[in-house]
Amino acid sequence: MNTATTDTSLALVQTPLMRTSQKLSIAVGGIGLLIILFTWVTRHSFASPGITLSVALLLMAVSVGGYAYSEYAHLPEGIKNNGVMFRSLSNRGIVAYLTGILLTGFYVCLYWYSEYLTGLIQLFDPLSQFMRHKAADQWFVYGSFYTFGVLVLGAKFIYKYRHNRYQIIRTISVMFFQLMFAFLIPAWMLMMNQPEFYFTYFWPLKYDYLFPSTISWLTSSGTHLGIFLVFWGAMMTLIATPTLTYFFGKRWYCSWVCGCGALAETTGDSFRTLSDKSLRAWKIERYLIYSVLVFITITTILLWVNSYMQGGLLGTFSLSVSKTYSFLIGSMFSGVIGTGFYPILGNRSWCRFGCPQAAILGIIQKYFSRFRITTNGGQCIGCGNCSTYCEMGIDVKAYAQRGQDIVRASCVGCGICSAVCPRGVLRLENGSADIFDRTTITKL
Amino acid sequence: MRIVIIGNGIAGTNAARHIRKNSEHEIIMVSEETLRPFSRTALMYVYMGHVKQENTEMYEDWFWEKNRINRVQSKVLSVDTAGKSLQLSNGNTLTYDALVIATGSKSNKFGWPGQDAKGVQGLYHLQDLEGMERYSPGLQHAVIVGGGLIGIEMAEMFHSRHIPVTFLVREKSFWDLVLPAEESAMINRHIHEHGIDLRLETELKEIQTDADGRANAVITNKDEKIACGFVGLTVGVSPNIDFLKDSGIEIQRGVLVDEHLRTSVPDVYAIGDCAQLRQPQPGRRPIEAIWYTGRMMGQTVARTICGQTTEYIPRLWFNSAKFLDIEYQVYGDIPGRTPEGITSLYWEHPNGKKAIRINYETESKTVTGFNLMGIRYRHEVCEKWLLGKTKLEEVLQNLSLANFDPEFFDAYESALVQQYNQLNNTNLTVKSKRNLNLVTRFLQRS
Repeated sequence: MNTATTDTSLALVQTPLMRTSQKLSIAVGGIGLLIILFTWVTRHSFASPGITLSVALLLMAVSVGGYAYSEYAHLPEGIKNNGVMFRSLSNRGIVAYLTGILLTGFYVCLYWYSEYLTGLIQLFDPLSQFMRHKAADQWFVYGSFYTFGVLVLGAKFIYKYRHNRYQIIRTISVMFFQLMFAFLIPAWMLMMNQPEFYFTYFWPLKYDYLFPSTISWLTSSGTHLGIFLVFWGAMMTLIATPTLTYFFGKRWYCSWVCGCGALAETTGDSFRTLSDKSLRAWKIERYLIYSVLVFITITTILLWVNSYMQGGLLGTFSLSVSKTYSFLIGSMFSGVIGTGFYPILGNRSWCRFGCPQAAILGIIQKYFSRFRITTNGGQCIGCGNCSTYCEMGIDVKAYAQRGQDIVRASCVGCGICSAVCPRGVLRLENGSADIFDRTTITKL
Repeated sequence: MRIVIIGNGIAGTNAARHIRKNSEHEIIMVSEETLRPFSRTALMYVYMGHVKQENTEMYEDWFWEKNRINRVQSKVLSVDTAGKSLQLSNGNTLTYDALVIATGSKSNKFGWPGQDAKGVQGLYHLQDLEGMERYSPGLQHAVIVGGGLIGIEMAEMFHSRHIPVTFLVREKSFWDLVLPAEESAMINRHIHEHGIDLRLETELKEIQTDADGRANAVITNKDEKIACGFVGLTVGVSPNIDFLKDSGIEIQRGVLVDEHLRTSVPDVYAIGDCAQLRQPQPGRRPIEAIWYTGRMMGQTVARTICGQTTEYIPRLWFNSAKFLDIEYQVYGDIPGRTPEGITSLYWEHPNGKKAIRINYETESKTVTGFNLMGIRYRHEVCEKWLLGKTKLEEVLQNLSLANFDPEFFDAYESALVQQYNQLNNTNLTVKSKRNLNLVTRFLQRS
């Protein structure tokens, strides 16, 4: 097809769609990024680390704000996906690959070569001292960037979807849980000389929270807090997860609370169209995600058996299984591939193909939940917007065309399919009336 | 038995799919337009960069292979009904045992000077999209002629690429033959809000061209000259059946079909936009060029061909569209001008972008139709009320059952009921809130 859309990989967006104000915004953010990169590489900052970091982050925030403002402000509120398929960043152009390389490189340094991050870590020292009374380390740097991304791009997301209250409330929720429970409270606990604990992550996503070593670490202090934390982790995994998922589907966690979800829904929003919608991808998804779940379950059992036998039966075997899991799944899959490859594989590849938490929630969602997406009779025109914007790669359209409810293990309930539908066909709902034949009801 | 389907739009592909569901017949689908059936209604989203062409395809390639639906990309030049064969533009001849004509529509042109110039076209086929792409780079101004659904789509498309648009509409108000006055006025305002230059009561007189034969201006019936590099002609569509002229199949505006979608020639059927019903159902038009009827006809004809002769009975009328940012849904009968004996209950949000209209028979208070602007209602619920000839007051009290807006959205059913109470000195209340369980029970109740 002879279109103007074919050869745009070198342009950030197709030229007529880029406003001057947007180019300026990108330049401002670029300066912020350069300041950080320069300090990272040279270990030399222009001003004190605190000021340098503040200036750089401020520039980047202003950049995102300015870009979003000039993209959406002059138009009446509504779905504004104009040019998504033409942009280099959101359409696997050269900007996407460069971003992917930068992110992947960052993750590799983070997990295995943190000595290369010294320049970067120094920048965060004042903030870390202030928040935690401790020197910064690579994980603090990571957490800070992560939270910054969720907050700044979350604000952009809210502005983009300002006509849609479901999106606004959901995004405020992920921003809140990331900021409070995955950033401020753990730092504050450290400051108070308590264990650095993440209340919004639990086994099997935060797999070590049910490992014998973690439990003995938490309880060893002998405080009530430690016992409470063990109790909290177990309760979330065994009681809260099935109960909440029964009522609301896996969305209560994946697109409302989870930090991985928070990053995917905000920072990763530009990449949601990149998920593979093919049947083949769905097959791979099912093999992979349940394999990871089996892997972590066996690992955990082995560790407990080993702990019970005091290493008598298995020796160091279970520890090496646990290390393998941590390397392959904990670091490679969830970090390097899951986030580093956002611009290539989409923003939910970890959540879709790897996350064992999502696997459990998905099984509950599929078989015992009141949640489903209902379709509106015969109104679907098969335009494909819903499937295109489904970050989990569900071919929503295939169901909508047949007037069939959508009950899929992978659906995180982000609600974007419903938002982008131009004919009002999709609605996220909870209902118990027909809970056991949700999947079989076909209308019209 | 070999079944050949000409056309792979929604009617043709749905026929193919259902023939396969019901039989083991050989199926061949012929299309000049493309090998991969796609959703025509999504062309605008491809141009706007919301989706890619491949995202609009109805099924992945394996689907056609698995279901043994053979696809041929070629133009059908003529049909020989005596010899039961088709002449294709690729030189081949294709024989059939049963033939389904599903060739859709083509854009209307009404003999304007310059209507065949470069940069003048409608929007229906994939090739039309390619035409728009070809003329878009460097385009300074586009003029769209015709105030209907495709016209406003085309205006939105250019607008999305920051190309200024002038939109010529013959009527006093946008699409006012179909939309009641208030809804039509709402869309007028919304078009202006987007900065699109809407000219009401303005018609095209002439298209002027440059030395290369490309459009460079239009002259309106008010003798105003508007410079432009592209003219969109969106003044309706008509059946795309020129190739049938000498086939012996009886045609008028479309291919004439009976209630079983059979043409005048045995074993030849016609469905979708190109079919003209000899006896449409009461209140329905002989040609309805919309997506949903095409889909239903495809399913119906498949049954008939596979031995279960089935009458085409379009159920309750419904349709939907999106005018820039305002979604529109209609269920039942909502004419542009409310006829004698019908009363219209209309509520509009203070922001002027959302509205609910319920029409009912003044005397009996039987509900006859729903019109929604910027609000989503549930098809099955509205349909059940309308087919069940439900009375207005019962509908009003249960109106939440119909609400299909996303969670946390404001619900306006109470506001509408309050308005009704004030007008009629009644004291009705909305009985419940949105609730899927109630909806499921309501729909399951016989």
